[in-house]
Amino acid sequence: MTVHELRTRPADSKRGDASDGGALAGQVGGRLSRVDGPAKITGAAKYAVEQQLDGLSHAVLVESTIAAGRVRSIDTAAAQAAPGVLKVLTPDNALRLNTATDWLGTPPPDVPYCPLARDITFSGQHVAAVVAESFEQAVAAAALVKVSYDEAPVIADLSDAKAGDGIPVDAMTKEWGDAEAAFAAAPVRICAAYNTPREYQAPMEPHGLIAQWQGDQLTVWEPSQWLDGMARTYAEWFGVPFENVRLVSPYIGGGFGSKAFAYGYGAVAAMAAKMLGRPVKLAVTRPQTFTAYGGRAATRQTVALGANAEGQIQSIVHRGVNETSVDGMWVEPLGSVTSIMYATPNFSSRQNVVRVNSVVPGALRAPGENPSAFGIECAIDELAYEVGIDPLEIRLRNYAEQDPEAKKPWSTRQLREAFAAGAEAFGWSKRSPEPRSMRDGNQLIGWGVAAGTYPVRRAYGEAVVRILADGSVEVESSSIDMGQGTYTILAQTAAETLGVPADNVVVKLGDSRYARAGVTGGSRLAGVMTGAVHKAATAALDQLVGLAISDPRSPFHALQPNTLVVTEGRISSPRGDGPDVPIAELLGSVGRDRIEAKGDTMPANSTPEERYKNYTTIAMALPHTEGDYSRHSWCAHFIEVRVDEDFGTVRVSRVVSALDSGRLYNPKLAESQWKGGIIMGIGQALLEEGIVDRRHGRIVNNNLADYLIATNADIPDIEVISVGIPDPHSSALGGKGVGELGIVGVAPAIANAVFHATGMRVRDLPITLEKLI
Amino acid sequence: MRDFSYLRADTADAARQAGALPGAMLLAGGTTLIDLAKCGVAEPETVVDISHLKGLDGISVDGAGATIGALAKMSHVADHADIKSRFPAVSEALWQAASAQLRNMATIGGNLMQRTRCPYFRDPANFPACNKRSPGSGCSAIGGVTRGHAVLGTSEACIATYPGDLTVALVAFDATVHLGERQLAVDDFFLLPGATPEREHAIEPGEMITAISIPASAAARRSTYLKVRDRQSYEFAAASAAVGIEFEADGRTIRDLRVALGGVATKPWRARAVEEALKGKLLEPDAVRRASLLAVEGAVDHGANHYKIELAPRVVARAILKIGETA
Ligand SMILES: Cc1cc2nc3c(=O)[nH]c(=O)nc-3n(C[C@H](O)[C@H](O)[C@H](O)COP(=O)(O)OP(=O)(O)OC[C@H]3O[C@@H](n4cnc5c(N)ncnc54)[C@H](O)[C@@H]3O)c2cc1C
Ligand code: SF4
Repeated sequence: MTVHELRTRPADSKRGDASDGGALAGQVGGRLSRVDGPAKITGAAKYAVEQQLDGLSHAVLVESTIAAGRVRSIDTAAAQAAPGVLKVLTPDNALRLNTATDWLGTPPPDVPYCPLARDITFSGQHVAAVVAESFEQAVAAAALVKVSYDEAPVIADLSDAKAGDGIPVDAMTKEWGDAEAAFAAAPVRICAAYNTPREYQAPMEPHGLIAQWQGDQLTVWEPSQWLDGMARTYAEWFGVPFENVRLVSPYIGGGFGSKAFAYGYGAVAAMAAKMLGRPVKLAVTRPQTFTAYGGRAATRQTVALGANAEGQIQSIVHRGVNETSVDGMWVEPLGSVTSIMYATPNFSSRQNVVRVNSVVPGALRAPGENPSAFGIECAIDELAYEVGIDPLEIRLRNYAEQDPEAKKPWSTRQLREAFAAGAEAFGWSKRSPEPRSMRDGNQLIGWGVAAGTYPVRRAYGEAVVRILADGSVEVESSSIDMGQGTYTILAQTAAETLGVPADNVVVKLGDSRYARAGVTGGSRLAGVMTGAVHKAATAALDQLVGLAISDPRSPFHALQPNTLVVTEGRISSPRGDGPDVPIAELLGSVGRDRIEAKGDTMPANSTPEERYKNYTTIAMALPHTEGDYSRHSWCAHFIEVRVDEDFGTVRVSRVVSALDSGRLYNPKLAESQWKGGIIMGIGQALLEEGIVDRRHGRIVNNNLADYLIATNADIPDIEVISVGIPDPHSSALGGKGVGELGIVGVAPAIANAVFHATGMRVRDLPITLEKLI
Repeated sequence: MRDFSYLRADTADAARQAGALPGAMLLAGGTTLIDLAKCGVAEPETVVDISHLKGLDGISVDGAGATIGALAKMSHVADHADIKSRFPAVSEALWQAASAQLRNMATIGGNLMQRTRCPYFRDPANFPACNKRSPGSGCSAIGGVTRGHAVLGTSEACIATYPGDLTVALVAFDATVHLGERQLAVDDFFLLPGATPEREHAIEPGEMITAISIPASAAARRSTYLKVRDRQSYEFAAASAAVGIEFEADGRTIRDLRVALGGVATKPWRARAVEEALKGKLLEPDAVRRASLLAVEGAVDHGANHYKIELAPRVVARAILKIGETA
């Protein structure tokens, strides 16, 4: 029985958001404000380490002060004797934990895991921890732990002579045609190197957790982008069943990729809690957010473009390197945009990783695509000047009509539309082509363009939808909202599907006891979860209407209707002949206190093992080129900069970006995500850099006064334009990824604008003033 | 727990007495002191809270000049109508310092006493060598990350930049620091590192800043503070200049000129050579640019901070031309 049809927009509608149809705020596509906003603004929202627990004790980490070598000895006597100290943890008295399965689902080696290191591979590594009655006591005692080391030579970063060329990552190799020969034969050639430094997620809420054991049940309050994945890690570390671990994370103060995994400090806190039989809180300090987990790896790329005199690309030869740690592996896929943005008959991309003494790098908004776009989108700009064509025109001349790598059609690619809409709103046609040709007093003005893209990552999700006796609705999922709007769009999805006002829907997230969910990363969650909630809500609605029709106590029973409709929380017959009653009244008359339905989007015959794997690893994620299509979000950024000709300071004065994220579930939230990405991109282009003391292998600007992220004063008005259309191949409701797209292409657009302003090509981020004077 | 005793002073004399105890430190707005305590740099045995002292937060401006109490908040001074009109460089330097939250907490006395942002100074656990923190231990910065370090007034012992903004304007306009009865020119209050970088100020134990005073002058009235940095707000200066100018009756010949530099030296840096080169001359762009080069005479770089030697004269020249050309 089909009782409800989702009102998706016709495929030929111009925009996939409310701007063309005016969806109501409470429906999918409406501009509902963040439902979690008031709790956050008033301070009612409790973050992980704000939980008040009886008997709470406090753990503080002791970190290595060398970057390479071995711990010779640890003298804990003074710390043990310090007031309030409950325990000093070192590798000698640490519990033996198991190594856990990694996020890819690789079975772990059968070796013990100790989050406190004897072998030192980076500065800031955890070597010991102190637990005390109060935080201040733990801080003071931690300073009394005396660690002596045998030091070894440090490989500080990619430019270290000892670093070498690194290890080839064969999985990153992409080749078609004969790229080197075609490049050599091309009439126009450009080749340049592009570098990005270490960058950090710098979330407003630093990391940390409270761990509590009750018997062999572990509860962890910790900000998390992936409850089920982290619960699995804790369970495997401590050798308890997955069901015994409960992760709680209703609010997250920003993650940007850094809160998807359980890290060593989590193991330390949970271990201490187990040993002491008391809840333990461990709050990562701001300086530790630079070493307790990894930021974006520093990268280097060379991009060689061979073209004909008309600027048509004949060959792309791309070589990339990213740093990884001495004992961990992080690959930042540098050829990901290079291989799909432009049509080329010949292509070659290869990548190495280089081991340096740093914490293993991690995900930061659009890992891979972000630095990749910096290389190719600067390079094509250089080619435009080389052949003397407009930087926008050269992108259109090389437009990829299908995925050049997968050789499949795009599911949707509104990039041409993005170029057109952005150029129009920005006034690109008024640009004077010569570098250094636009000025206002001492300010050199430059206009730059660059494109961006992010793949549509898909997975399966699960949700529970409940209709309660009072007619209100509950949605439950162990997925999370880190500010991007999950609470809000799931309320909209349930409200629209069930026909109730969004105000009547309560969404509960961030508890691993709820229906399972995979990682919130790779911009996949909205697509996955709106699909799951839609399915669960549809099932709940089926039950409701089924009851209304079949239960003898129902006011509709006598009419024997084929179906019923629910709108604004009232149930009636489609033609309006007959009763029209609130849901609560119907439930009352049939004697039910609730209707509950679980929906999941897994293939029907999935085994429990497959479900577990889907929610706790990314092994079951669907490739973006699976089946007949290649699926990606797209964008074009148009940016104006003002560069002071004497001081070299760069200020972004105008941004117009046109973006294709398919259908928008909530344009207000999508715009906010896009703008957030663009703002981060401005910081990346001009300010952000983890500065390494090369003698000590240590980041010296590990605080928010010295690691510069953009302030309000650095950000002009940003205009974002949605050019997406519903993409049925990308998600159940037609959306594509939103969260990461916005940052991709911002840094090259700014670098290109700086070149237009000054005639100087800066290929090393960030573009700080000394590079321009 | 690192225990310390906390005393709340009721009178300035009580504060001075308590402040003379070994290991005692005064607490005003706390924005430097608490920050440094968290880094493990400041480990006071006694914290003497002076923030409640009465009568030390006044701001008075008359024909002779301005007197500002040590406990006046940065934001109040910045926003004071007479400071804005008669000492615009002072107001502008304060507005461009730190963040709104910090300016609302921080006091003028504390501002004078703020410490360097040298990252090695601020990280004792990882960098035990720092002559400023522990005399004779060496300097971790030399040979390390020096992008923010000083090019003027450095020594072999220490190359740390004095980070503040307000005092740059104060040295330009010959302000005086009041330590109770004793008075010192601001320029003499700040010490060069030399062989004793741990001694930054000519203040003795048991002394307390009670006020600063700035004499009125035509140059102060026609003044500006120009701060250059990568981030538009909430960043210390890569280079800055406080400049004031007075013309002869012809409106073109420079009678008096004041130039001081920030962000490039180990103390707020008066650039008298630039002043002398231009006094009595016409305000003319090329001459101003040439004379501004004198601002960095004798500058020494440590690699990554070389750009400051290029940048500082340009900042000076722009500031002079800007203030000279605005009627
Ligand atoms: C992140 C950050 C960014 C900043 N950016 C800037 C900037 O851009 N420009 C700038 O100029 N400043 C900047 N500051 C520094 C800021 O201006 C100072 O921290 C502030 O002015 C100190 O004042 P306070 O009252 O908080 O001092 P406190 O922290 O209370 O005291 C600082 C020191 O002065 C001593 N002291 C206080 N009052 C007296 C007194 N009356 N007599 C003698 N000694 C005294 C204390 O013992 C202590 O040693 C920044 C600070 C931070 C933390
Ligand atoms: S420059 Fe000065 S403050 Fe910095 S490490 Fe050297 S001695 Fe210490």
